[in-house]
Amino acid sequence: MQSATLILLLAFMAVVSFYFGRRRSLAIVGGPSHGPVLHSLPGYYGYYVAIWCALPALALLAVWLFAEPRIIVALVVNELPESYRSLSAGELNLLINNIQNLASGDVVSSDIDRPLQDAAASFNGYIEKSRQLLAAISISLAGLGGALAWRRIRPELRARNRVEQVIRWMLIAASSIAILTTVGIVLSVLFEAIRFFQKVPLTEFLFGLNWSPQTAIRADQVGSSGSFGAVPLFTGTLLITGIAMFVAVPVGLMTAIYLAEYSSRRIRGIAKPLLEVLAGIPTVVYGFFAALTVAPWIRNAGESVGLTVASESALAAGLVMGIMIIPLVSSLADDAINAVPSAMRDGALGLGSTRSETMTKVILPAALPGIVGGVLLAVSRAIGETMIVVMAAGLAANLTANPFAAVTTVTVQIVTLLVGDQEFDSAKTLAAFALGLMLFVVTLCLNVIGLSVVRKYREQYD
Amino acid sequence: MTMTAMTETSTDNPEPIPAPVTGSSKEVPVSREIVLPAYPGQHTELGEKTVGNVTCDNPFMIAEDVNVYYGDNHAIQHVSLEIGKKQVIALIGPSGCGKSTFLRCLNRMNDTIETARVTGLITLDGEDIYRKEQDPVALRARVGMVFQKPNPFPKSIYDNVAYGPRIHGLAVDRAELDNIVFSSLERAGLLKEVKDRLDEPGTSLSGGQQQRLCIARTIAVNPEVILMDEPCSALDPIATARIEDLMDELSEDYAIVIVTHSMQQAARVSKRVAYFHLGLLVEVDETNKIFTNPQHKLTEDYITGRIG
Repeated sequence: MQSATLILLLAFMAVVSFYFGRRRSLAIVGGPSHGPVLHSLPGYYGYYVAIWCALPALALLAVWLFAEPRIIVALVVNELPESYRSLSAGELNLLINNIQNLASGDVVSSDIDRPLQDAAASFNGYIEKSRQLLAAISISLAGLGGALAWRRIRPELRARNRVEQVIRWMLIAASSIAILTTVGIVLSVLFEAIRFFQKVPLTEFLFGLNWSPQTAIRADQVGSSGSFGAVPLFTGTLLITGIAMFVAVPVGLMTAIYLAEYSSRRIRGIAKPLLEVLAGIPTVVYGFFAALTVAPWIRNAGESVGLTVASESALAAGLVMGIMIIPLVSSLADDAINAVPSAMRDGALGLGSTRSETMTKVILPAALPGIVGGVLLAVSRAIGETMIVVMAAGLAANLTANPFAAVTTVTVQIVTLLVGDQEFDSAKTLAAFALGLMLFVVTLCLNVIGLSVVRKYREQYD
Repeated sequence: MTMTAMTETSTDNPEPIPAPVTGSSKEVPVSREIVLPAYPGQHTELGEKTVGNVTCDNPFMIAEDVNVYYGDNHAIQHVSLEIGKKQVIALIGPSGCGKSTFLRCLNRMNDTIETARVTGLITLDGEDIYRKEQDPVALRARVGMVFQKPNPFPKSIYDNVAYGPRIHGLAVDRAELDNIVFSSLERAGLLKEVKDRLDEPGTSLSGGQQQRLCIARTIAVNPEVILMDEPCSALDPIATARIEDLMDELSEDYAIVIVTHSMQQAARVSKRVAYFHLGLLVEVDETNKIFTNPQHKLTEDYITGRIG
């Protein structure tokens, strides 16, 4: 039986057991009019039985499907002739792959010989048996669980508390998925980064001024010794982020001030959705815009006043990134300004302040922590932004503060290091993980600071 | 009697309005006859007359036939009232009766509400405050306001009081500013409590102290009229008593208009009382007259606790 069918069947059993559980709870107290005698509402007894019916069976199903391939592979390998079993780990892995492919009818990369065919047949046989066994056990477990729970229904059974307990654990499980994923990502990046730092010293990575990640593949190659000083990448990232913030913070802040304090409701109703459209444009489209429109325009403008401008410049990428971040800054600043109690506004106006005095002397200082938090979040967004800089900032790791030069960023280098066929044990590839780790640490710090600033601010007025 | 219609859209750019033809307080009708219906819901738009005496000796602010609309809602209907110099007048009435709305007309705070529209004539010291040349910002410096909830700015105690003098350029140097801040705190009865902690944030004070700080902030601008919108409703009885004492002292210099839900408070602090009901000014008179011998049934019902 397919596992999807099995899950559907279990779900159906859960629905049925809900119905039976609910009916029994009512029957025990003699009908709906005697409801209050029950500890919980009748529905909770239904859920109680349904949970006992479905949860153990589903748990078994999950464990089974997780363990099944490993056990079956071990069994199949055991049956192989001695000559195959003595193969090295890598070759054995390939062989198992071939057996599995043969069993499922996929392309096989080696000659199909007799033992291989036998193994594939026995593999299929084990799968078949395993699935039958799984269906039988899980359905009977569901039936058993449901029946036991059904029998345990008493008026004094605290069904609501038990159901809520289960729901609570489900909520905890759901919320821990995101946290566990984050931990998993950090760990995977961390271990690869540690491997990188075994090849390249941490001090060279952090303080080296030369970034040229081409390493020699063969010993006789020349000119590609590889050098992993990440400082040019960090300065490039900082330069572009700085330009982006230079655009986004004033424009976003003034947009927020206008929308929150000066605009009529009608203009606000038009402008806010438009800003949200700006936030919804895919970054790759911003990348086109930067590379094909803004960068040539900046170069032409620069040349007409006698400046040397690279066709891919930090300025183009930074400007477009700034435009991309405007909606983020303006909406966070708008929230912060709107969170200032209107009593504050009235107080300032009541003392005879003009609107601009009210804004600059009272509302902005009151909203400042929220605005700062929003800007920090925007900075971490800019640092992590990839697509625009890949398309518009260039690949040359120049150590420069000149916005007209081509620079490269941490994210761009990660992309170029990992695009295409790579060997996963060279320093070149592993460098991507070290860069990723750095990026992660920096944006994490900024986010933590930003969010704690925002939180502190909220406590002040609510 | 002249009706001056006007629409306010922007604080800084008031719409042009026709100048009042008459501005004299003598034309305000006195002691109108009782024609109000005896229960709410029966009001018609016109023809309601205020009972008692809307005039006073030495009037400083005069409202004539004031109407306020919030969109289509006629929130204040044909209200005429005189506010005397150096006198406390209390506006009482059930929630939603328009007393706060009327208060906010007196310093044009209703301008900040997009849908609000004010018609009629309000004069301050003989000048129409809704006239075209009147800058609402300058008006609010003359007619200060204290709000229901203490709303100190997120600044130090000193800067809270110094805020008004600074934006209006009332002090030429630091010494003069210090002088204004200290005297305002002194008059608000707060100086003793805060003189060692002027650099602490205004929000670090207790609720009653915050409200006195707001009063100090208001009088630092040296206004002529102080509007108070339920200034004690968020305070405990001890803090309330202090604010009431303060009002008594301040009334020696300022005209004070206070909105209150507490009839005891109205009786304690005010010289005159105006009773509002569903946007209408029902009765105005000397405080002791209102509380001992109300003329209108609605007023009597309210002060005896039958409505409200």
